[in-house]
Amino acid sequence: MAAPVKDPKIQVKRPDESIFKRLTRHQLFIPLAALALLVLFNLIADPTFFAVTVKENSLGNPVLSGNIISVLDNASELVILAIGMTLVTASSGGQDISVGAAMAIAGSVILRMVCGGQVSADTMQTPLVLAVLVGILVSMIFGAFNGALVAYFKIQPMVATLILFTAGRSIAAWINNNQLPIINDLGFKYAGTFLPGIPVPTPIFITILVILLFWLALKFTNLGLYTQSVGINANSSRLNGLDPKLIKLLTYVILGVCVAIAGFVRVSRSGSINYSRIAENIEMDAILAVALGGNALSGGKFNIYGSILGAYVIQFLTTTLYKYEVPSTALPAYKAVVVILLVVLSAPVVQEKLASVRKAPAKAAKEVS
Amino acid sequence: MQQGAVLEMRGICKYFPGVRALQDVDFTLREGEIHALMGENGAGKSTLIKVLTGVYPKDGGEVRIKGVEGAAVIRSPQDAQNAGISTVYQEITLCPNLTVAENMYIGRTKGAGANWKAMNSGAGKILESLGIPASPKQQLGTCSIAVQQMVAIARAVDMECKVLILDEPTSSLDEQEVIKLFGLMRDLRAKGVGIIFVTHFLEQVYEVCDRITVLRDGQLVGEYVIEDLPRVQLVSKMLGKELDDMADIKSEVGGGQIDMEGVPVLEAEGLCSSAGIKPFDFSIRKGEVNGFTGLLGSGRSECVRAIFGADRVTGGNVKVDGREVRIKKPLDAMKQGIGYLPEDRKGDGIVGDLSVRENIILALQVMKGFFRPFSRAQAEAFADEYIKLLEIKTASADTPIKSLSGGNQQKCILARWLLTDPRYLILDEPTRGIDIGTKIEIQKLVLKLAAEGKSVTFISSEIDEMLRTCSRLIVMRDRKAVGELKGADLTQSKIMATIAGGDE
Repeated sequence: MAAPVKDPKIQVKRPDESIFKRLTRHQLFIPLAALALLVLFNLIADPTFFAVTVKENSLGNPVLSGNIISVLDNASELVILAIGMTLVTASSGGQDISVGAAMAIAGSVILRMVCGGQVSADTMQTPLVLAVLVGILVSMIFGAFNGALVAYFKIQPMVATLILFTAGRSIAAWINNNQLPIINDLGFKYAGTFLPGIPVPTPIFITILVILLFWLALKFTNLGLYTQSVGINANSSRLNGLDPKLIKLLTYVILGVCVAIAGFVRVSRSGSINYSRIAENIEMDAILAVALGGNALSGGKFNIYGSILGAYVIQFLTTTLYKYEVPSTALPAYKAVVVILLVVLSAPVVQEKLASVRKAPAKAAKEVS
Repeated sequence: MQQGAVLEMRGICKYFPGVRALQDVDFTLREGEIHALMGENGAGKSTLIKVLTGVYPKDGGEVRIKGVEGAAVIRSPQDAQNAGISTVYQEITLCPNLTVAENMYIGRTKGAGANWKAMNSGAGKILESLGIPASPKQQLGTCSIAVQQMVAIARAVDMECKVLILDEPTSSLDEQEVIKLFGLMRDLRAKGVGIIFVTHFLEQVYEVCDRITVLRDGQLVGEYVIEDLPRVQLVSKMLGKELDDMADIKSEVGGGQIDMEGVPVLEAEGLCSSAGIKPFDFSIRKGEVNGFTGLLGSGRSECVRAIFGADRVTGGNVKVDGREVRIKKPLDAMKQGIGYLPEDRKGDGIVGDLSVRENIILALQVMKGFFRPFSRAQAEAFADEYIKLLEIKTASADTPIKSLSGGNQQKCILARWLLTDPRYLILDEPTRGIDIGTKIEIQKLVLKLAAEGKSVTFISSEIDEMLRTCSRLIVMRDRKAVGELKGADLTQSKIMATIAGGDE
């Protein structure tokens, strides 16, 4: 590590940053380092962790199996939610805690559509595409409800979404008259399990598709610029012709779409729903993913890929703990320890301390005058 | 330490990546003096103060404070406070959601408990003694910017400081308040407090200061007794070049040719807004520069905000090129070719965490539309063009705008609007809190725009600045347009008289 530079000329010419310092200050450093640690731990503890084998599933089709596949598969809902949560966080400086309950609603709507109102159906009563579209629409409406409370009534996001957090699962049950519909049509489960002849779990493809969609949206629209601008300074944004309220609302509606897709994937896994347990506590993981990705929970600038990476890290951790047979009741405690470490490490205060230990300038280029 | 000095800084150095912010700077403050720290934007004034107050660690040199053995160790603003150094920053750094009293005592109470009664009565006494029109229990955010600034000063004064640093304290105060502040500064000087006064207002320096230290490009130019340094020399020392007469820019640039034929570019009748201004009429022609003047709070900003649709318009009608238009929100105004540089740069102008590039393209991008983002290359070309054109000092176009100095931030906002190629540009206090060199640049730019056939409305607290640029002034008093001056009436005394309103 470089000693403090004495000669100002050198300082002027060369940015005072070694590659290592720049790396550690990069936004994705913490989630990447966490991922590397998890990989390293598993490599040392039991290299077979990474083994991917071909097994026959219950239908007798050959499919890929292994912990890595399981991580990628099971992280799907969380990744999709984390993307929407990142936008909401950026624009409104707060989080939507109703996403788990909203997933129950979306899942319930979709199940009701495909079961045609019956408790159990062997074939889909409504075309799947239509059912999913209705699910998305309903979810967008609930997103707009949250967004309107936040943007137009200026209620703090966590309080505003507390309403749906509380009521959501009851609404989900009410949609199906308190019954637990089951669909036995294999076609319905394709999205949550495997497509015939394809050995990779479908949720992985759906996740890739969603990521791709957002990559395109961020590249070919001003979603990123507007959301950040509104989140950083709503007054300035308004005086530059933006409608901050509308943009906040928009991000909640987009999160609604993400919620519906995640809800669809979740109910497709089993073809059934348990209103009180489906996607339980997923909102906390989604928020954590955003934070792990180096995004400020107070809004403003964001990096969607950080959140995606954060979501995978969380799932990787969960799978690792399962592998070592940590009882599911003790799981949250283990997770908490890791989370504390990660969050404390990525806290600006600690980052600055680390930086000063490394004798790097505590802050990047600062005001000159 | 020198005889009578309360503070001595020797050989102070400070580097930022890519920038030499301070190099070998000396500064001495004596007991009972008001010492002006002068220099252009980026000269290193704020950096020197931040080093002194422990906001930035220094890279070289030492600080000595009266009553402290050896070199003083100041690693944080708390250390500075304990050493008797109090600071009032240019931008208000208090908490708007706390009460006035809480703001004055925050971080100063000992132990866990707070004695609210003592706090409120203590704060009340100080506010009263300084004549600050605020109640201790009032939420700070509900006070005007000027009052907030004075509360910040009251807080500093109450801390029994040896050294008081005032970083651009007057930029949001009106004349009355400035006079009050100067009275206060003189009282403190009589008590032996050393005051460092950072300002861009030359008149104010010559009104209250005893000594001047000039910085330029992070280096010390010199320390002077005020009587030995006439104004013109001070300016030339700050700029590093001889300057014959800075007042004569109008003839240099050659003001615009006002197009008196045809319909005005913009015409408003009986316009009023939710901000509570009385209905006013307004018009501006092609190539014209006019202005709103009046005391702080007289409604000059509210007028232009109504034109731009920044506040909710509650009445009146607006014609652009003779056609009636409805401007309900800023985007409507932008589509009519109107640009607006707001008064509160930090709160309404910059988008702090976004880069210089994103800040520059923002308005044009919004006009272009959600589904049509500029390519990266295009955005970079725009930013580079204006960074060069307006000589914006920034490490790169990717630097967050909040890390630029005030004057350079303002240039970015100017660039943002120039990029939209407006026909009519409203500049509300574009030169507040920025150095004299940039001020003149902006004034020249205004006249140049007019010469190109654009129309500009210019608002400034400094009347001579308005006189240098505007050909017509609308005078505001108590949220009402009370007069219009042009031609031979455009003199300092006439404007003052109209603002004061004695002769009606």
